[in-house]
Amino acid sequence: MTPPRILYCNCTYAQVVPKEVKEAVLKRLCESGVAFDAVADLCEMSARQDASLKRLAEGGAVKIAACYPRAVKWLFHAAKAALPTEAAEILNMRVQSADEVCAALFNPELKPNLPAGKTTKPSAEELPKSEVAV
Amino acid sequence: MSLKDQTALRIVFYEGDGAQSLEAQDRFAAMSRLLEKGFAVTRVAGGGRVAPADRASLLVLGRFDGGRAPQAEDAHGQVHIRFQDISGFDSNRVAATVETVRAETNAAKHGDWKPWFPVIDYDRCTNCMQCLSFCLFGVYGVDEQQRIQVQNNDNCKTNCPACSRVCPEAAIMFPKYKAGPINGDVVSDADLQREKMKVDISALLGGDVYALLRERSEKAKSRFSKERDANKALTERQKCLVKLASAGDIPPEVLMSLPSPEEIARRAEEAMAKAQAALTKQTL
Repeated sequence: MTPPRILYCNCTYAQVVPKEVKEAVLKRLCESGVAFDAVADLCEMSARQDASLKRLAEGGAVKIAACYPRAVKWLFHAAKAALPTEAAEILNMRVQSADEVCAALFNPELKPNLPAGKTTKPSAEELPKSEVAV
Repeated sequence: MSLKDQTALRIVFYEGDGAQSLEAQDRFAAMSRLLEKGFAVTRVAGGGRVAPADRASLLVLGRFDGGRAPQAEDAHGQVHIRFQDISGFDSNRVAATVETVRAETNAAKHGDWKPWFPVIDYDRCTNCMQCLSFCLFGVYGVDEQQRIQVQNNDNCKTNCPACSRVCPEAAIMFPKYKAGPINGDVVSDADLQREKMKVDISALLGGDVYALLRERSEKAKSRFSKERDANKALTERQKCLVKLASAGDIPPEVLMSLPSPEEIARRAEEAMAKAQAALTKQTL
């Protein structure tokens, strides 16, 4: 089975992704033997309706190291380049550690996680006790 | 030139047959520099796939055998390809070389504009047009099906998330915003309650925030026409703006750059009319 493609977003034009996380992820990608695509800033490409987003979305299964899955899904949509719901896994460098992101990127198994439909996070009371942060 | 009309230059690091591999630290340094300058970069290697080519211009960088860059062209004539040998180049020289090619190919120059604009989550959007009637800067419009869309994202005021605050469904994101759900984080019930409260700001302030500005302006006019005290008028306006800034998390510089109350009133009426027209067409 062909492993999913890897796309890395550097979020160049804002300081919302921790610098140490994005640098560590890029460094490990560069040290690995894998081929990958890297973009400066998905937001800027979406704003420009950059045709490359279509190419990046349509090349089959993909793992994307960027930010929140909901944001990434609709950034692509805004550029008329729909990501495949069943074939895209988003790693969130705003909240995940570099280790977590890299482990997922280099894992050949794809775990699709784009939001499908209107989803609302359950409140703390609705969550099982094991999932509530203390 | 609109951002949408520009073409991009795709950079490819080639390390396959006929070229030597880059040292990992050199690859990282060069990639980091190019990404910081706004370029899209692809590393081609034996392991794994990358996105397919499109009609963008390609600049292929590599440490080619003998220091000689190969020559090639797209058989279909759709992709413009250039090769550049980077043997012995440090990251600064790589970046400078790429920038020269960008200028020669008239590709987009990146980084002139912070990408701050609303992104609509259509899974949540109910097409209520509150954002369209709220925004004074013509960012929103509707498509042929009267569906709300972002039409002029470069009109958006940097760091201002006010329209997302008036959205009752938390359907408007600014991915570079500091906090959820505006940054794209999952929406919670608590967020929806908060968003409702934000909408209630309009009611609280007397219908909508711009109506408040108008009303205050009118009151101020009648009062100050008697008192003839311009400083009091300014103070009154500032008080109103401070209240808005805290309620909608609107940066003070955006509020202070707003046009005169008369112009605000005109734009607010125009936006409201556009929203009303779209809603009317939806029901036909």
